[in-house]
Amino acid sequence: MRPIFCVDVRCSRASDSRRFEVFFHPALHRHPAFFQGLRTLAPQAPGIAAWGLMTGVAMVKAGMSPFEAVAMTLLVFAGSAQLAATPLMVAGAPAWVILATAFCVNLRFVVFSLHLREYLMHLPRWRRLWHGYLCGDISYVLFVRRYPHPGRSADERLEQEAWLAGNYGLNWLSWIGASLLGVMLANFIPTAWGLGFAGILCLLAIGCSLASSRLRVLAAMTSGVVAVLAYGLPLKLNIVVAIAMAVLVSLSAERLRSARAFRRG
Amino acid sequence: MDTLGTDLWTLGVIAGLTVITVVARSFFFLSDRSWPMPGWAQRGLQYAPIAALSAVVVPEVFTLQGAWIDTWQDARLFAASAGAAAFFWRRNVLLTIVAGMSVYLPLHLGLGW
Repeated sequence: MRPIFCVDVRCSRASDSRRFEVFFHPALHRHPAFFQGLRTLAPQAPGIAAWGLMTGVAMVKAGMSPFEAVAMTLLVFAGSAQLAATPLMVAGAPAWVILATAFCVNLRFVVFSLHLREYLMHLPRWRRLWHGYLCGDISYVLFVRRYPHPGRSADERLEQEAWLAGNYGLNWLSWIGASLLGVMLANFIPTAWGLGFAGILCLLAIGCSLASSRLRVLAAMTSGVVAVLAYGLPLKLNIVVAIAMAVLVSLSAERLRSARAFRRG
Repeated sequence: MDTLGTDLWTLGVIAGLTVITVVARSFFFLSDRSWPMPGWAQRGLQYAPIAALSAVVVPEVFTLQGAWIDTWQDARLFAASAGAAAFFWRRNVLLTIVAGMSVYLPLHLGLGW
């Protein structure tokens, strides 16, 4: 196997470099930064767990079998994309529409990955992909807040990687544990209670957290209205049309605003 | 497959969704090379996430099967407002859910809205 730790001084420790390394790599979880990262996430863990619990409940309530809901939880590991994809899967929408919708809901991670790139590019690809897969919204936000700049030395980079792994490790545990519990409990909670609405409230909260500028609010309003007006389109294409329109409108407004600022000098 | 309550199509979609998670979260470090991207596309990217969420949430809050609701007596309106207010107050996802659901459940179960 290709040694994974070759950019690092610890390369000399052959036993470490030969192991099947992911986030439980000893060099990471034995690092003191691992527990600092874990502790930073701890106050968020109840919120993540509640969100995970409701995602588990919502998937089963929407008509998924418990087996499918467990598979979704363990593999897909993306709450908002799961919640967006579930009704489409139950309705039997074409696979490409489901995958495209999930990708669009996940587009915020594409933006995050552009930011995380400079922190992770020194690692081999498989290791980067593991970190990327396991790093959800909250871990990303906390990580770049703790480390505003990528590490310059091998030691700094290892510390950052360990911190990130501890942070998303606890995030993963809270999320997965609560989701599985939600899948188990879903059948004891009557559908008429409408608890699935909690999933929508989660999406609403992430949406609000992204509403950081007036142009983004404009994008949200455009997209919401277009999604309803285009609701009659087949294959849930209203979502794709809504996103495209919102991006177009916001980019035009941005250009208009900068043109006006330019005229004003 | 039947005993598990699933079928190959669904499992295929779940596998596809897993790939989507990996690809989206690792998008800009999938390749070892740098990814030149036109400026407008980079700027456009920052509007897509909130647009995607809004496209999913708005029909779920303001419509019945795609038709705008014609009454204000709908628990979802009050729950979403309470949730958004709670979020902007404390910037906390858990509080958003708790506030939203504690408005939603009494109105929905108690008054049948």
